[in-house]
Order: sequence, then structure tokens, then C-alpha cells
Amino acid sequence: MSLYNVQKFLYELNRDERVQQAYRTEPQQAIARYDLDEKERGALLEPDIGLLYHIGVNGQILMHFAAFCGIEWSDYLQRMRDGVERHGPVRAGVYALAGYEGVEAHSRRLGQDGGEEDPG
Amino acid sequence: MPLVYAGVCSHAPGITGRAERADPEVRDGFYAAYDAMRLRLEATEPDALVVIAAEHFANFFMDNMPAFAMGMADYYEGPIEDPEWLRINKFRAPGSPELSQRIIQAVMHTCDVAYAEEWRLDHGIAVPLHFLTPRFDVPIIPANINCQGPPLTPLSRAWSFGEALRRAADSVAERIAVIGTGGISHWPATPDSGRINEAWDRDFLDRWCAADRERLCAYSDTDTYLDAGQGGFEIRTYIATAAAGAGRGTVHFYAPIPIFAVGCTIADIEIG
Repeated sequence: MSLYNVQKFLYELNRDERVQQAYRTEPQQAIARYDLDEKERGALLEPDIGLLYHIGVNGQILMHFAAFCGIEWSDYLQRMRDGVERHGPVRAGVYALAGYEGVEAHSRRLGQDGGEEDPG
Repeated sequence: MPLVYAGVCSHAPGITGRAERADPEVRDGFYAAYDAMRLRLEATEPDALVVIAAEHFANFFMDNMPAFAMGMADYYEGPIEDPEWLRINKFRAPGSPELSQRIIQAVMHTCDVAYAEEWRLDHGIAVPLHFLTPRFDVPIIPANINCQGPPLTPLSRAWSFGEALRRAADSVAERIAVIGTGGISHWPATPDSGRINEAWDRDFLDRWCAADRERLCAYSDTDTYLDAGQGGFEIRTYIATAAAGAGRGTVHFYAPIPIFAVGCTIADIEIG
């Protein structure tokens, strides 16, 4: 499992049109040079936003990938929520620093309403 | 020439990219505050604008993450995002490599900073420029503080960077303005997007307006993460700007706008 390599691919995709073109035309080939396991490869190819979030991909990287894949903003947020529901808390990276407690638990602790609930 | 201007502003991509989904009254008040900031900035007739940002993996990654970096390029292109998604057309902002070099050299006396002759702008700088220099006609010097990939730049070092920047700006003949841009509490691009801890923000802005180094640097990263989200790590840009200005701050606008995923802020600080 390599969060670093997953994020490295997405970082390069987000900023390089040649990588974007390669991902569009030959996605298997585009990720071939990155040291990834099967689960990570599958998450990148599907793309499975919820699983990528669970793996620990930083939202500032994931957000751009979702937009590149044509995933609308509210759908993007919901896919991450579904990913945590399905796979469990974020397991690595910045969101695992202090333990991610989930939107509802977070709301209760801060005594606030939830995040952006209205899909607009 | 002493520093001519220092201020802070929000930069979230939703500010331009999801404009129609915000409460029109609050949104337009925020845009008006941004425009008033532009007028105050223009009145100082800056020769160059140092933009202290918290970039989001547009140029720097965990293969070689600098605590601080400054641009030294002829020009800066942006945004890296899809223009339709961000709703800011592709642009080229002018740089001033010779001025950058002098300022970076001066900063380096007290603060280690990486430099970059190639730098692509993401929403973190593109959104502020869209409002503050809409013709992209003022030379910029982008600066970055690592607010994204732990271990993060310590808050006390962000303050020191701001002090170093102030000394550097004061040492050159050109009229330099500093803009810090980031969020206060927010959980951008995560399932919690839209959450804003207004009480935390207002307490932070009180500290900021007082340019109170001790209280601004008192947060631990863990507490910031729990109370203000990973977006709260971007207070480093505000802290550096407070150190550069060193006078009394004024908040011209603050309002949570959940669809923009941040408490939208416009403030400036006297040059003390």
C-alpha cells in the first residue's frame, strides 16, 4: 500500500496535460510506472473516489481528479462520505493525523450542523 | 521603500467556481469587500505584489517539499485547474525575476527559503488575482508556506518568514505590497466541506488584528485540525502577513459562506 505513489500519480495528472491525455487514452499504461497494488490501481482506474479518500488521498489532490473525471461537486462530497461508510475511517495521510471521526460525530463534538448538506 | 500594503483574503475555488450557489446577498457583500480591497491596494501604487499562499500541490509535492518557497520567474501561468471548473480563464501574470532575486536574497539572511523559476498558479493565487489585479498587470512574487503536507512549517517560523519579508521589502527601492491568502477554519475538499467554525475564526482574527505573535503562534497542529480542519493549517499565511505588517489589523469582511467552504475574509493591517 503506497499512499505516496497514488498521490504522486494524481499530482502529476492534475498538472500535466500529457498525463491527462495518457490517462484518457490508455489508463492502464498511464499508471503502469507507479508502484501500486491492485486495490490502488483499481481505485484510480474506476475511478473510486470513496476508496481513494479512505486510502488517504489529500482532498486538494482528489478534488481536481474528481473534476477532471467530470464528477460534480456535491456528488464528489457524497462519494467521499460513502467511501468512509463503506471502507471505514481514513487510514493514512493528513486526515488520519488526529483520527477522523466522521461528519456526524464531528458535528456533535463541535455542536454544529453538518457540512455542506444541500447539494444545491 | 517601506512596505506599502499588507492584507489577507480568502481564496477558495468555490468563490468563483460555485458563485451561483451562494446566498446572493452575502456573496455580493464579499465580492464588494474584495473590490474595496483592490482599490486600497491600487491606491498604494505597488510595483510588485508578494502573494503568500498555501498552494495545493500545484508545484510542490512530498518528493521535495519546502517549508518556504518564493517565485523568481519571468511570468506565472494559471490556473492549473480546468478554467470552466474554476471559472477563471487561463492567464499569464507578470513576474519580476530581478526583483524576486533581491528580495529572496534578503529574506535568506534570516529565513531559509527555496526559490523557483517555474511556478504554476492554482486557485490559491488565481482567485485573489482575479479580484485584486483583474488585468493581471501587476508583477507578482508568489510565496508559499507548507500548509498541506506534514510535517508542516511551524507557526513561529511563519511569523519569522513574515518578519524577514518585511525587512526585505523595506530594503528595496520598489513599492512592495504583501497579500496573504488562505482560509481560517475550513475542511476543504473533504466530506466536511462547508463546515466553518465561526467562533474559532473570530477569535483568530482578534489575535490577527492585534498582530499578537504569542497568541497567533499558540495553536498546536492537532488542536487546529480538530477545531478548524486541515484548512486551518493555512493560518500560516495570515500569521506571516501579520508579522510583515506589524500594525493594527482591520477586518473589513467576514462571513461564513458554506458553499464556498470557508469563512470569507477580507482584512488588512497597518504598516507598523
